[in-house]
Amino acid sequence: MSATKHSDWGLRIRQNMGFFISVILFVIVYFLYHLAHPKGFSSQVLVQNSNEVFSLAMLAMAQTVPVLLGGLDLSVGAVMTLVDCLASHLLEGTGPSVGFGIIACLLAGALAGFVNGCVVVFGRIQPIIATLATGAVYMGLALFLRPIPGGKINEDINWAMTNALGDFAETVGIFDDGKAAWFQPIAGVPTALVLLVLVALVTWVPFRRSVTGRTVYAIGSAEGAAYMSGLNIAGGKLAAFTMAGLFAGIGGIFMAIQTSSGNADIPMAGAYTLSSIASVVIGGTSLLGGTGGAIGSIFGTLILKVISFNFRVFDIAPLLQPLFEGLVLLAAVSLGALSILRVKNQLELFR
Amino acid sequence: MTIRDADDLLVLKGISKRYGGVKALQDVSFSCGRGRVHAVLGENGAGKSTLIKIISGVVQPDEGSMTLDGAAVHFRSPAAANEAGIVCIFQELSLMPDLTVSDNISISSPPRKFGLIDAKAQRLRAEELLATIGCEDVNPMMRIRDLPLSRRQMVEIAKALGKKPKILILDEATSALTSSDVEKVYAMLARLKAEGVAILYISHRMHEIEALADDASVFRNGRHIETFMKGARSNDEIVQLMIGREISAHFPPKPAYEIRKPLLEIRNLSWENRLHDVSLSIGRGEIVGLGGLDGQGQKELLLSLFGVLKQVKGDVLIDGVVQKLNSPIAAKSAGGGIALVPEDRKTEGLMLPMSIAENLVIASLDELSSGIFVDETKVSASVADAIKRLKIKIGSPDDAVSTLSGGNQQKVVIAKWLMTRPDVILLNDPTRGIDVGTKQEIYRLLRELADEGAAILFYSTDYDELIGSCDRVSILYDGRIISELQGDAINEKNIVAASLNIAGQKTEGGAHVGH
Amino acid sequence: MIDMIKSFSLSRLSRDDKPIAIAATFILVILLAGTVYTLERFGSAPLFSPTYLIQQLQIGSFLGIVAAGMMLVILISQIDLSVPWTLAAGAMTATAVGGEWALPAALAVGLLVGTVNGLGVAYLRIPSMIFTLGVNAVMRGLMVAQTGGFAPQTKATDLMRYIAAERTFGIPHAIFVWLAVSILIVIMLRRTSFGRSIYAIGNKEAAAYLSGVPTKRVTIIAFILCSVLASLAGVLLAGYSTKAYQGMGDAYVLPAIAAVVIGGTNILGGRGRYLGTVVGVILIVLLNSVLSIMEMPEAGRQIIYGLVIISMLLVYGRGETATS
Repeated sequence: MSATKHSDWGLRIRQNMGFFISVILFVIVYFLYHLAHPKGFSSQVLVQNSNEVFSLAMLAMAQTVPVLLGGLDLSVGAVMTLVDCLASHLLEGTGPSVGFGIIACLLAGALAGFVNGCVVVFGRIQPIIATLATGAVYMGLALFLRPIPGGKINEDINWAMTNALGDFAETVGIFDDGKAAWFQPIAGVPTALVLLVLVALVTWVPFRRSVTGRTVYAIGSAEGAAYMSGLNIAGGKLAAFTMAGLFAGIGGIFMAIQTSSGNADIPMAGAYTLSSIASVVIGGTSLLGGTGGAIGSIFGTLILKVISFNFRVFDIAPLLQPLFEGLVLLAAVSLGALSILRVKNQLELFR
Repeated sequence: MTIRDADDLLVLKGISKRYGGVKALQDVSFSCGRGRVHAVLGENGAGKSTLIKIISGVVQPDEGSMTLDGAAVHFRSPAAANEAGIVCIFQELSLMPDLTVSDNISISSPPRKFGLIDAKAQRLRAEELLATIGCEDVNPMMRIRDLPLSRRQMVEIAKALGKKPKILILDEATSALTSSDVEKVYAMLARLKAEGVAILYISHRMHEIEALADDASVFRNGRHIETFMKGARSNDEIVQLMIGREISAHFPPKPAYEIRKPLLEIRNLSWENRLHDVSLSIGRGEIVGLGGLDGQGQKELLLSLFGVLKQVKGDVLIDGVVQKLNSPIAAKSAGGGIALVPEDRKTEGLMLPMSIAENLVIASLDELSSGIFVDETKVSASVADAIKRLKIKIGSPDDAVSTLSGGNQQKVVIAKWLMTRPDVILLNDPTRGIDVGTKQEIYRLLRELADEGAAILFYSTDYDELIGSCDRVSILYDGRIISELQGDAINEKNIVAASLNIAGQKTEGGAHVGH
Repeated sequence: MIDMIKSFSLSRLSRDDKPIAIAATFILVILLAGTVYTLERFGSAPLFSPTYLIQQLQIGSFLGIVAAGMMLVILISQIDLSVPWTLAAGAMTATAVGGEWALPAALAVGLLVGTVNGLGVAYLRIPSMIFTLGVNAVMRGLMVAQTGGFAPQTKATDLMRYIAAERTFGIPHAIFVWLAVSILIVIMLRRTSFGRSIYAIGNKEAAAYLSGVPTKRVTIIAFILCSVLASLAGVLLAGYSTKAYQGMGDAYVLPAIAAVVIGGTNILGGRGRYLGTVVGVILIVLLNSVLSIMEMPEAGRQIIYGLVIISMLLVYGRGETATS
């Protein structure tokens, strides 16, 4: 057992190849972006990028959990939109009412996810179809809340959340309004980025190491075996979809804060859902379930977004952007699939 | 009987279970005692699996009661049964392939720290449990997916041990193991027995039962027929109890050995590092067995002949003509046709939810079509033929094949291939997990097919089968044919010796007690 | 185990027919509910008039042709999300090429997209969900770039008008096209070895492969058929609305999947009858139409649409659980 420590790392890297590749790819492309950007490596660019990334990153995390089950949640975009519209009503005021509003929005997102879980678990309907249907319902509710785009968000929150930590501290009035000397080195860090890391740390990391979290992986890997092992299948599925709803809800709140309005835009919700699936796959999670994780999906989102950032900075005709995004997605999944060509026992292809 | 009753750990009274119109168990009363190995015998469809599923909480009985340690129990789920100390090692593995070995072993009640899973403690626990069954070679951080089948089965056993069973149920748990593993499992069972654990043992291998069991219960058609102590019944009597009718001989007589002109010739076949220079030829009318320990390249040999493996080196000839075997489609039409009865009938042999008829014709659609259209008259005629010839017990050919018993399902797989009238028939352990009666029908059928001119290559993990039904037997070891036996030389001693690669020495394989 | 219980409780025939019967009943319910509304509101009952029903069938024929292709792909346990822009590309190619080559050029686009999808799924074994999503983005990019760079003709040709909008004996030709497609698909699924192979692959691909079924070829052909039908639907739709436009296919992919599933086809593949897909299409088209007659706002429509799908599937009561 002496050599285990060393070989364990090799094993871990091999087992999470997709994740490591996506991290490396992101770092390289993002570095190039900053090099080419006239204001590269500045807080301002970081803030702008973080704000653009946050909602989709949340949606990618949301999508990851049902995908780990071996399912798919086609309603994440709708849940995000629904919470966005709800937030545009609830986050208008000041003080405690905003706090309650945020809690209500989080609960609404989680509830929507929980309902998805109930339809899947108790209705025994395949996740992809169940969420296709519930997605329509949530979209309808969002339209009911905001038939036309509008609403308003507390301006302080908008300012605090969509800028750097320094602005956050100033708005909230902590650390000498953000002027404390020790605070300066991190004052330029985007609030959205910090929030993203926080959400990942307080929700995903414990979830991953909890019994429920492992149950989700177990179900995605082999549902029958998980049942035989005495795991709580229904509980795991409900938790997974509820988590998905919660993450989508956080994405929706941020979107409302960022745009300072609610907008029940059906095509946009659909586009977000599809991008979330692409993020999950690029981040190294298998659509068959059982392997991968939400952190990978965040990097999947980062890669997708960095591509469009590069379009701007390299001044490529925006008309080509969808084409290029599609090609990158195809290239990513095709590269990942090249190992198939090395399989010498054709039966292994069907597992 | 009266003496043991006092020490009975688990007692079932009047248990019945129906699935729709089918009575899977009828009024079964059954008990098993502390510190004893209790074998459960019966053909497939006799009710053994239902019995186990009821005891381990997978299904609930319609009638009857169950007591554990004198207290009435009623398990709503496998988790509830586990809680009570009843642990089952299922035939279909209960492992999650994408999780690591240590995750799998502690899946239901992991060690925790601050409410979260303690990965380090979990890993230590996995190492300890694997060590108790002599599996130190398995790295707990490996994913199950990356382990060979025999290692997975050992992990499954370690997982069961980790639940500290009072009653341990093994359902065909040794069928995927290598001989050295089987010995370790036997030793582990002996230790558990000494600790007072009751062990329910289900196996189709008579010599295992002989070696292990203290008591045996025979089931037939959903009823408990008889329970007796070890040695009270002879093998023939037991078989008779199981099938409920007289059986004359296990195997059809073999024809006198003769040297035949080869139909199938394999020359210097190599693949990856699993097959090395395998050469073998089979004539028309011959049944050639493949033997050896599990995982010595037998499966790969059959798969390569069927075009499933890529980059196979060497030549395969049929009737003297070199064949290009790069897919099952090519194999199907090579020479007079090759057929393969695959290893796992449920995932490789059958489309379970589809009808019996649809399964039967899927390999011979081309022959049953005129132009691009499937000829329904031809289809129903040949389906009826196949069902008749193999005596497949069915309600209607339109029933889903999943409604059939294991033996009848396997008959459907074989019948599917006979419809293509193949010259070369490859079989990968076709009788695994199948009842005695059906096994005998399969042996007879193979001999008939050989007599009609087919060349048959037959891999079996059961030595009796190789001895009883093959004209020649080739033993593989580490991807090489190390011994070819024929005539009287096909006996247990030679097979075991060759399998362990100790040819010439007079050694009994420790795990295999002869009969 | 579950399979066993299920197959005893429901005979095979009823397992496939039950959803179709329920969906057909629900169509009547929709028509009746709509009629009650129109009688109340306008004092007339137009919903049962041949004119109205034929018009709905004409609208349904576009969705029906898309759903027919989608069903083939779903039957082999795959999905095709590239339908929206394959449809649009078919329409835009047809109008841009014009003349007598309009239709062949559009179908060729479908053939090409389907081949790419099929190759990716069959040979690289990339989950179709993600591969076709990528192909959809690429098609969208190509179409946007093409129409953005220079302005091609977007007006439908006379032939396209003829096969989509004009009528013979009062019946729009689009319905005949849908009927022809339907007959071909039914014959293919029920009478050819290709059809049988589709069901076999959908049930257990490994078993089909080991039975000598050409799994790769069947997969590729299924994707090709799906894309060709999508581009055909695009040509018809352009003919019907007299022009091709960006995003004209966006409203077709999810309803097509919903129609297939409402018709009783298992989303995991291997099971389902074509008649069900037709019934599912009609149900969705009528539901949309009746809701718009009722002047239901978009919010209500979405909610009802979602609830109908869920409740239909709940009524079918077929769920694959742990051991399936």
